Amino acid sequence: MLFLNHIYLIPLFPAFGAVTMFFFGRRLRQATVSAVCVGVIVVAFLLACGAVWQYSHWTATPEHDHQPFQKIVYTWLGSGDGHLTFVKKDGTTAAFNADAGFLLDPLSCIWLLFVTGVGLLIHIYSIGYMAHEGGYYRFFGYMNLFMFSMLTLILANNYMMMFVGWEGVGLCSYLLVGFYFHRHSASNAANKTFIVNRIGDAGFVLGALTLAWFFGSFRFTEINGLARSGPFSSSDIHIITAAALLLFLGACGKSAQLPLYVWLPDATEGPTPVSALIHAATMVTAGVYMVARSNAVFVLAPAAMKTVAIVGALTAVFAASIGLVQNDIKRVLAYSTVSQLGYMFLALGVGAFAAGVFHVFTHAFFKALLFLGSGSVIHALSGEQDLRNMGGLQHRIPTTYKTMLIATLAIAGIFSFAGFFSKDEILWQTWTSEGGAYRILWFIGYGTALMTAFYMFRLMYLTFYSPSRMSHEVECHVHESPKSMTVPLVILAICLLGAGWLSWPHSLGGSSRFERFLEPVFAREAVVLHQEGKSAQLAAGEKDAQHTDKTEYALMFLSLAAAAVGWGMARRSYLNARKDYIEPIAGKTPRLYGLLYNKWFVDEGYDYVFTGRRKLGDIRLGVLGAGEALSWFDIKVVDGIVNDVGWVTRTVATLSTWWDKWIIDGLGVNGPATLARMLSYPARLFEWGLVQWYALVMVAGLLGFGLYCVWK
Amino acid sequence: MVPITTFHYLVVAAALFVLGVIGVLTRRNIVIVLMSIELILNAVNLNLVAFSRMWGNLHGQVFAIFIMADAAAEVAVGLGILIAFFRNKETINVDEMDLLKW
Repeated sequence: MLFLNHIYLIPLFPAFGAVTMFFFGRRLRQATVSAVCVGVIVVAFLLACGAVWQYSHWTATPEHDHQPFQKIVYTWLGSGDGHLTFVKKDGTTAAFNADAGFLLDPLSCIWLLFVTGVGLLIHIYSIGYMAHEGGYYRFFGYMNLFMFSMLTLILANNYMMMFVGWEGVGLCSYLLVGFYFHRHSASNAANKTFIVNRIGDAGFVLGALTLAWFFGSFRFTEINGLARSGPFSSSDIHIITAAALLLFLGACGKSAQLPLYVWLPDATEGPTPVSALIHAATMVTAGVYMVARSNAVFVLAPAAMKTVAIVGALTAVFAASIGLVQNDIKRVLAYSTVSQLGYMFLALGVGAFAAGVFHVFTHAFFKALLFLGSGSVIHALSGEQDLRNMGGLQHRIPTTYKTMLIATLAIAGIFSFAGFFSKDEILWQTWTSEGGAYRILWFIGYGTALMTAFYMFRLMYLTFYSPSRMSHEVECHVHESPKSMTVPLVILAICLLGAGWLSWPHSLGGSSRFERFLEPVFAREAVVLHQEGKSAQLAAGEKDAQHTDKTEYALMFLSLAAAAVGWGMARRSYLNARKDYIEPIAGKTPRLYGLLYNKWFVDEGYDYVFTGRRKLGDIRLGVLGAGEALSWFDIKVVDGIVNDVGWVTRTVATLSTWWDKWIIDGLGVNGPATLARMLSYPARLFEWGLVQWYALVMVAGLLGFGLYCVWK
Repeated sequence: MVPITTFHYLVVAAALFVLGVIGVLTRRNIVIVLMSIELILNAVNLNLVAFSRMWGNLHGQVFAIFIMADAAAEVAVGLGILIAFFRNKETINVDEMDLLKW
C-alpha cells in the first residue's frame, strides 16, 4: 500500500524538479540539470509502476472489488466541514467541496504509465537534443512543470483539481512552444496555442460547474455514481447534454478538434521534444482522458455523443487532407496528430470507449517516436526541416530510419503493428454502432485511413528513400544522432512492436486484454448503450448476434487494403522524387492543391471573423473590430460628451466673465464710485481756494436773506 | 435847491458799500481787495453817523469809533497775512492764492 498511500509523490517529484530549476537552475551545470530533471522523472515513473502494481492487487481483493482508489490529501476549495454550500438544480443545498485528491482506476493507470514512460524517454532524448541550445535549465524546468501538471490532471479525483492540471499543461505548452521566444513566429505560435486553449478552458469550467450544479459534487466517483443511478427527466437530459457539450468544447481546445485545432500545427515552432511530449503523447490526450472519465455523463446525452463522433470524424478527414501536401516534416506530423485525435473522439462518440483509449495508448508511442525521429532527422541535417530538401537518408542514419519505419507502419495500420489493432477496432466499432446514417462515419474514417497511409509513406519516401535533394553542405555533415537520442527511439519502437498484442481482438483468437482491463470504468455504460441498441463496446468475449466475425474480418481486410493502397500511391509518386518534383495533387488538380496547401484558409478565415486582423471590405470584425468599434465609440461619443461638457463649461465661464466684468464690476463696484464722483463735482465748489468766490457766495447769501426779509 | 436829508447820506453809503463789494469780488490785486474791504467798513461808518444825526443821540458815532478800531486791527492782521503769503508765493494775484483748494 506504500505506493498507493503516497500517490501524491508522483506529481510532486517533477514539481520539485521544476522548482529547483526556477530557483537554482541558472547556476547549475548542464550535467546537474540533466541529473535532477531526468532523475525526478525516473522516480516518478518507478513510483507510477509501483502504484499501478499495488493497485492491481488492491482492487482484486473482495472488499475493494474493482473500485477506484481515492486518496484525499486535503480540502483545497471549500470547507471540510461543509459550511460552504451552494444550491443545486433541484433546490437542495450541497456542500461546496473540491479537494486535492487523487484517484487511481484502470483508466488513470494506463495514462499514468504511458505519460511517465514516454515522458521519461523524451526527457532522456532531450538531453542529447538540447545539449547545444541555450536555456537548457529553463527547458527542463518547463518540461518538469509540464509533467507535474499532466500528472495532476490524470490523477485528480475531481473536476477542479483536474482543471489545475488542465490549465498547467496549457501554460507549459505556451512556455515551451515559445521557448525560442526571440523568433516572432515562435512567440506568435505560443500566443495562439494559449489563447485557443483558453477558449476551450472556458467550456471546461462551464461544463464542470454545470455538472456540479446539477449533481451537487465535483468528484468523479460521486458524479458517475449519480449519473448511473436513476432515470432522468428530459429537461434534466437537456442540462446534462449542455454540460457534456461544454466539456467537449474544452476537449476540442485541448485536443485540437475541429474549430479549435489551429494551434497545433503552429505549435511545432517549439523544440522537437516539446512536440513529441506535449503535442503527441500527453497534453492533447488530456481531452480524450476527460471525456473518457466523464463517460457516465456522456452516455446519458446521446446528442452529445453524436456531436463528439461527428466532430471527431470530420476533424480526422479534414486534418488528413491538409497533411497530404505539407512540406515541413513536423507540420505533417502535427496534422497527423490532429487527425488521429479525431479518430479517438470518433471512438468515444460511438461508445467505443476502450477502443478510443487503446488508440490513445498506441498513438502516444508511435507519434512520440515519429516526432523524436523527425527531430533526429533534423538534427542530422543541421536544422533542415523541409521535405523538399531531404532524401536518401536510408543508409546514412539507419537507426532513425528503422525506428521511424516501424512507427510509420504502425500509424498506417499495417497488420500486427500496434496502430492496426487500435484503428481497426475503432472502425469496427463505428460500423457496428447506431447503423443507418452513421455508417457515413465509417466511410469518413476509412477515407482518413487511406490518406494517413499515403501521407505517412510520402514522408518516409521523401525523407529516406528518394534520391537526395539535400544541399551540399548539409549532405556533408549528415550524421547519426548521439546515443541519448537514439536509445529512446529504439525503446519506443520495441514498445510499439509489443503494444499491439495487448489487445489482440477476440475474433482473431486473442483475449482483448486491454478492454477487459478497462471494464470497471466503461462496462456499465457499455451495457446501457447495448441495451439501448447503440454502440458495440462490449465486455470481452461477447458479440452481438447481428455482427458476426465475418463482418469483422471483412472490415479488417478493407482496412489493410486502404493501408496498402495508400502505401502504393505514395510509392508511385515519391520513390523517385528528384529535385523540383511535382506533387501529384498539384499536377492534376492545382486548385485543390492550393486549397489544401493553404490549410483550407481556416487561419485566414479566423483572422477575418474572430481576430479581425484582416478587414472584410471596409469593416473589421472580430476582437480587433470590436476594439475599433469601441475606439470609435470612445472617440466620437464619449469624448464628444466630454468635449460638449467642456464647451458648456467654457460658455458658462464666458458668461460669468461678462457678468462679472460688466454687471458686477461695472454697476456694482464702479457704479457707486461713479455716483460718488458725480456727486463730488458740485461739492468741490466749496473748496475752490478762490477767495473771491467765497466772498461772492457770502454776498449772494446776504442778498438772498435781505430779499427774504424785504418780502416778509 | 434840495435839502440834504438822511436819505442822501444813506444812498452815498450804499453806493460806497456796493463799490467796495464789487472791488472785493472782482479785483485781482489783493492789496486793492483789502482797500475795498476798508471802503466797505467806511461806508458802514457813514451809515452809522447819518443815523446818529437822525436819532439825535451818540450811539451811532460811538459804534463808528469801535468799527474804526476794529478796522485798524483787521488791516494790521490782513497785511501781516499778505506779507507772509507774499514771502512764500511771490505773488499778490488773488487768483493764484488757491492753496486751500481741493
